[in-house]
Amino acid sequence: MGLLDQRFENGNVFITSLDGLLNWARLSSLWQMQFGLACCAIEMMAASASNFDIMRFGIIPRATPRQVDVMFVAGTVTIKMASRIKRLYDQMSEPRYIISMGSCATCGGPYWEHGYHVLKGVDRVIPVDVYIPGCPPRPEALLEGIMKLQEKVRKESLLKKRA
Amino acid sequence: MTPQEIFKVLKAKFSDALIEPTISAAGGSASVGYAMQLWIQIAPDRLKEICLFLRDNNAMQFDYLSCLSGMDYSNGTFGVVYHLASIVHKHKIILKTFCTKDNIHVQSVSAVWGTANWHEREAFDLFGIIFDEHPDLRRILMPDDWEGHPLRKDYKVQEFYHGIKVPY
Repeated sequence: MGLLDQRFENGNVFITSLDGLLNWARLSSLWQMQFGLACCAIEMMAASASNFDIMRFGIIPRATPRQVDVMFVAGTVTIKMASRIKRLYDQMSEPRYIISMGSCATCGGPYWEHGYHVLKGVDRVIPVDVYIPGCPPRPEALLEGIMKLQEKVRKESLLKKRA
Repeated sequence: MTPQEIFKVLKAKFSDALIEPTISAAGGSASVGYAMQLWIQIAPDRLKEICLFLRDNNAMQFDYLSCLSGMDYSNGTFGVVYHLASIVHKHKIILKTFCTKDNIHVQSVSAVWGTANWHEREAFDLFGIIFDEHPDLRRILMPDDWEGHPLRKDYKVQEFYHGIKVPY
């Protein structure tokens, strides 16, 4: 349990804002799209495995975009793949978040100049919330990216009327 | 059989379609002891016939196409390189064929070795070499509606693809 464990006895009342409660619930269960594109996906798998265990953040890999909150774009996005990523993004339900993992997904990486087939940054087709540098980033870097995203979620308000 | 012996057999049978064998220093002149490989140049319109002979002749039995590559020699000359091997006789040979940018046609060998089907599609995709009589000559790596052939020396990448900016 962590946050609430051992703090209250015999049932209790605590006061928080509804936004705070919703955001706490959301940032503690960011379900992840189970897909990877290149070598960054290997580091993402390492982050899922027992040494780093991103499941302790409540990140559960789901095999369908309809059940996920966050997509890690882990690897080189080819131009052929760009339309597929856009479609997956469109199928995610809001609120949805994108983490661009590694240099390739962020700006084309080593393919920036001569990679005729590589999309020079996944933000050319979908909006990105957190960029993680590295080639590939270590699992710790991915963890930091996730925590940055959690900070972002914590500051949001689902209840405020949006323009 | 050594490549020289294979060349002699071919020369006796297809004297009109062969060009003298060339020793190519694959490792460059500095690499002493590197295996020098012999290749045989073949007219692009006689390719299938010669490949069928190489595959079916009992002394040859080139049953394995290890590699098929497209080439752009940057002076308007294009080429296709075939690395053949025989699992039975354990010998190898390299064939090359050349064509020009204006008449960029080479006979397909996909009916000889099934492997060639996708390899020829790749050479078509990246170099624009047209393989005559190929059963399904579509792009294999790039999207179907891509412009140009990326591994050509004079290739310029397109500015936009379906509204997505392509260059950095």
